[in-house]
Order: sequence, then C-alpha cells, then structure tokens
Amino acid sequence: MAVAVDSSALKQIDASDMHEEGLKRDAQYERLALLGLCSPALLLVMIVLIVPVGWLFFVSFIGADGQFSLENYERMINRKSYRRILYTTFEVSVLTTVICICIGYPFAYFLSQLPRRAANLCLIAVLLPFWTSLLVRTYAWLVLLQKRGLVNEWAIGMGLWDEPIKIVHNMTGTLIGMAHIMLPFLILPVYSSMKAIDRDYLKAASNLGASPVRAFWTVFFPLSLPGLFAGSLIVFVLCLGFFVTPAVLGGGKVIMVSMKIASNIELFVNWGAASALGVVLLVLTIALLWIAARFVRLERLVGGH
Amino acid sequence: MKASLYLATATAALVSFSAFAADKTVTIASWGGSYQEAQSKALFEPAAEATGVVVKQETYGGMSDVRLQVQTGAVTLDIVASGSGSASRAAAEGLLEELDYDLIDVSTFYPTLKMKHCVGGDVFSTVYAWNTETFGDAGPQSWADFWDVEKFPGKRAYRGKVSGALEPALMADGVAPEDVYKVLGSEEGIERAIDKIRELKPHIDVFWTSGAQHAQLMKDGEVDMSSGWNGRFDNAAKDGAKVQYSFNQALLDYDCFAIPKGAPNKDTAMAFLAEISKAEYQANLPKYITYGPTNKAAYDLGTIDETVAKALPSHPDNAALQLPVDIEWYAKWETIASEMYQEMLTE
Repeated sequence: MAVAVDSSALKQIDASDMHEEGLKRDAQYERLALLGLCSPALLLVMIVLIVPVGWLFFVSFIGADGQFSLENYERMINRKSYRRILYTTFEVSVLTTVICICIGYPFAYFLSQLPRRAANLCLIAVLLPFWTSLLVRTYAWLVLLQKRGLVNEWAIGMGLWDEPIKIVHNMTGTLIGMAHIMLPFLILPVYSSMKAIDRDYLKAASNLGASPVRAFWTVFFPLSLPGLFAGSLIVFVLCLGFFVTPAVLGGGKVIMVSMKIASNIELFVNWGAASALGVVLLVLTIALLWIAARFVRLERLVGGH
Repeated sequence: MKASLYLATATAALVSFSAFAADKTVTIASWGGSYQEAQSKALFEPAAEATGVVVKQETYGGMSDVRLQVQTGAVTLDIVASGSGSASRAAAEGLLEELDYDLIDVSTFYPTLKMKHCVGGDVFSTVYAWNTETFGDAGPQSWADFWDVEKFPGKRAYRGKVSGALEPALMADGVAPEDVYKVLGSEEGIERAIDKIRELKPHIDVFWTSGAQHAQLMKDGEVDMSSGWNGRFDNAAKDGAKVQYSFNQALLDYDCFAIPKGAPNKDTAMAFLAEISKAEYQANLPKYITYGPTNKAAYDLGTIDETVAKALPSHPDNAALQLPVDIEWYAKWETIASEMYQEMLTE
C-alpha cells in the first residue's frame, strides 16, 4: 500500500515539473473518453431499463376504459389476496435466502480452505446444475419429492417413516427447489470474497492468542461479510420474481407475485392490472433494499473499517 | 470463382424456395402435450398434405399472447387453438378476425359449437376422475361424491383457475345442473360456490393449472381424485395410469380455432380452417384423443367406430348427462369470479 502511494506521488511531482496545464487537459480528455466508452452501456440502460420501467408506471395508472384511473391500485387494497400474495413472495424470498446462507456459507468456507485443484473441482460441482435448464431441475425435484417419489420410497424402505410425508405441492417443496436453484448465486460471491482474505490476518490473530473459533468470528467472518451481503442480495432479489419453481412445486397454493402478474395479464383486458403489481413489487423491493443498505453501512461503522 | 457461382445458385434456389413457401405457410399455436399431438396427427398434417400448405406449429400461452402480438402490431400466429370462453372474450376485445363462413362450411356443425370469430374444433368435458387402485370401479358418480371425503377418503386435485371450477361446487351443494348458471349470476352465488370449495380445500393437495399436470398427478398416484379434461385422463390411462372417470354432471365445453387480427397469412389460414373443419379430418381426431367432433357429419363417415363414439363427450348419450358451459356467463363474470377465487386460494 505504502509503496503504491509513493510511486504515484513521484509521478505527480514529475508531471507538475513538466506541464501542469497539459496534465489537466489530459485528465479532462480521459474523463470524456471514459464517458464515451460507457455511453453505449448508459444508452442501453436508458433504453432497456429506464424507459420500460417508466412505461410500466404509466400503464399501471390506465384503467379498463383506457382513461387515467387508480382502479388497479384500489383493487390491490380492496382484495385481501394481493396482500397475501405479496406477503408470500417476501416470505418465500427471505426463507430461501436464509436457507441458502445456512448451506452456502459453510460450503464456501470449506471450498476456500481446499487446495486450488480440489476447490476447482468442487466449484464445477456447484456450477454444473447451473447449466441445466431451470425447468428440468424443478421437475426433477417433483419426481424426487412426490408421494411415490424416490425420497419417500427410500425413507419408507429404510424405515425412517411409515407413511409418505408431504414434501412437495406446498411451501416445503417450493423452498427446497428454490434453495437448490439459488445456491450457486450465493456460493460464488461468498467464495470469491473468502479467497481474497489474506491468511496472514488469521495467523496474526492466533499469534496474538485467539482460538481458531475466535479468529474466525472476529477476523475472518467480518471480512467475508461483503461477499455474503452481495450473494444474499442477489438471491433475495432473484427470488422475488420467481415463477416456474413455485408454480410447479407449490401445488397451486404457494402463489407469488409473478404468478399473479401472469394471471392478471390473462384475465384483464388492459395491461394496467398486471403493471400495477409490478410497480408495487418494485417499490417495495427498493424500499427494503434501501433499509438493508442503511443497516449494512451502520454495521461497517460499528465494525470500524 | 466456380465455388462462388455454386453458392449463388444455391442461394437463389433457397430464396425462390422460401418465397414459394412463404406464399402458403400457416403458423398454428396450440396447447402442446397429447392434445396438440392429436390435433397434429388428425388435422394439421393430413390437411397440410392435401393442400400443400406448409404448417409451422408452436405452443402458446393463450389469448394474452395474442393480445400482446395484436397490440404491438407484430402478429406471427395465423391460427390459434383456444377454449371457447377465452375466444369469446378475445373476440369482444377485437383481437380476432371475423371468420368467413362462406368459405368454412359449417352446415353440418352442431349450431352451438361455433362463433363469429372462432370455429369449433373439438368437444371436451371437464370431469371428475378417480384412481382405480384406491376406489376400484365404484368411484364417485357425482360432484357430491367428489366432495364426500367420508365415503371417498383421499387426496384431491382441483382446478387452480376459476373456469370450470364453480359449476361442480354448486352441483355438489345440491343445485340442479339447469339452475347452476342462474345461481352463479350474482356475487352471492359465486361466493356460495367458492365457500363449497373452501369446505373441501383441506383435502385438495394440488390446484392444477394445466391438462398435462392433472394427467401426471393421476398417473403418479399423487392424488386419488381429480377434476380435469376427459381426453387427458384417457391418454394417461393408455399410458398405464390407473384412472377412470364419469360423464355424469360433467361440464360440456368446446375448443375452437381462431385467426388473430392482422395475421400475416390470413387468407391461407382461412382456407386451412375450411379444410380442417371438414368431417373427414374431424373423424380422425378421436383416434388420438377422446375429444368429439364439432362437425356432426363426422359421425356418418364410419371412421369412428361404435365403441369409440360412445366414449366421446359429444356422443348424444354422454352429452345428455352433462351441463353445457355457458360462454356468456364467462364473458360477464369471469374477471370478478377469478378475483374471488384467488382470495380462496391464498387463504
């Protein structure tokens, strides 16, 4: 770190000796060039994100008669089912994220401790299901979990339980399927943040008398938090829009927002009914993430970075 | 030089071929699974051969796909297979072309099995089916039996959407079939039907959303009883599923073919519909799925043998047992009823 500062300072002295004006111009030119380089990306974001979302907001205020109206939002307030569907959506997303953390974090830790070659092999094992179609994986779970599925038959055969237990066509099945599909999204960022942690810190901790457990919680865990937070965020946000898995494994009783959006598109003559749901989900998600972001910043302050 | 000449010839040949094909191509969208397979074998493929039209088949998600295509002005589908109820709503919305009944001969059709914008393709029933391993041949014989969890203990599957879900509930509640739509003509009546489903809900394991799904549920023995479409159950039985059903109190409904507004090959599509509406094609459909013809003349050709004919929903003996679905009720109430149904599902 110190070396880097020295060398850039040296450069600066060199440069100021030469042409301070020219340097300024160069910096300006570079900024413009950078802006130019990202303008395709900015334009793309404009076109594929901001404009459609704006359009979504607009459409959500159009009623069945094609006039401005609040009916799409009124319906959501009057019908209890909308509140319950939003609740289910967040419930499923939070639970899936928690399950992914409980399974994924220890797994990523295990990976980070392995020698490189073994770790790479394990990573392939994580990524392999990732390349299989989501629909196929979801149906595979249906085959495994149903009443006469493999899990129940084996368990009964081995005498674990007598009657087939209900592990699919309900919340349990949905969570199993979603956690499986979401797991790589958590493991990968956590693993890479763990890999970036300098082992010398842990050695220093034990050198100062910390037990391995203490060293893990006071040194390793806080340093892995950014990766954990990023991973959880990705999982949570992706879960919010999930359609296939809850539709197949939820037995028609676990209804998430995306499914209601689909049925509203089918049912109502105008797009407003579905758009309004999309808007509410978007706003709630942004609000939630904003709150979460505040907490994380708070934690960093407390953690004394 | 020589190679590039070959290439040019080949390209020219390809262009002229595709130009020719583009003249007589129709893109047809249907629901997939054993249903579309039957349509394809009985109707689309033979008719394509007879007319020289190149048929491209797709599956689609229903009239919302058509609405999206029509509203954005990017219509790719020429013919869509649809349930009668959603077709009538789509027609009211202006999403469908009016059909040319001078070209499509419907003189021998059942008069109720066609509309201005949609010509009937097959007749099907919403029935209750049971697992013969659980109940033997003596399964439920009415919707009241389907609801009777003491006489017929076991897990049920039921429709996850409102269409075809309320009528059985009212019949189970003791409403005579002919009064069902009268009772459903108010929010209280709809609520009465939904309350009846609430009563059964603890025994309903799965609310199914597709025909392939309820067939699979019965095939896997995941549930002991399910409502659903008769042809799907028959095909599951052919695949070895232990499943049987009854036509008593079933709902008689029909599927039809429509042309989206602004379809790229509208005229070819119209001619193609005229072709597949002919009795000789319709008479072949029951070979692949037990859905009846909408063209009465199909029964007179002798293609459908007596035992098959007796198993079809539109056979007079079977039709007499059933409640014909009232499309007008759906046009008026489906949206409201569907929201109320959703309340029950999310409780």
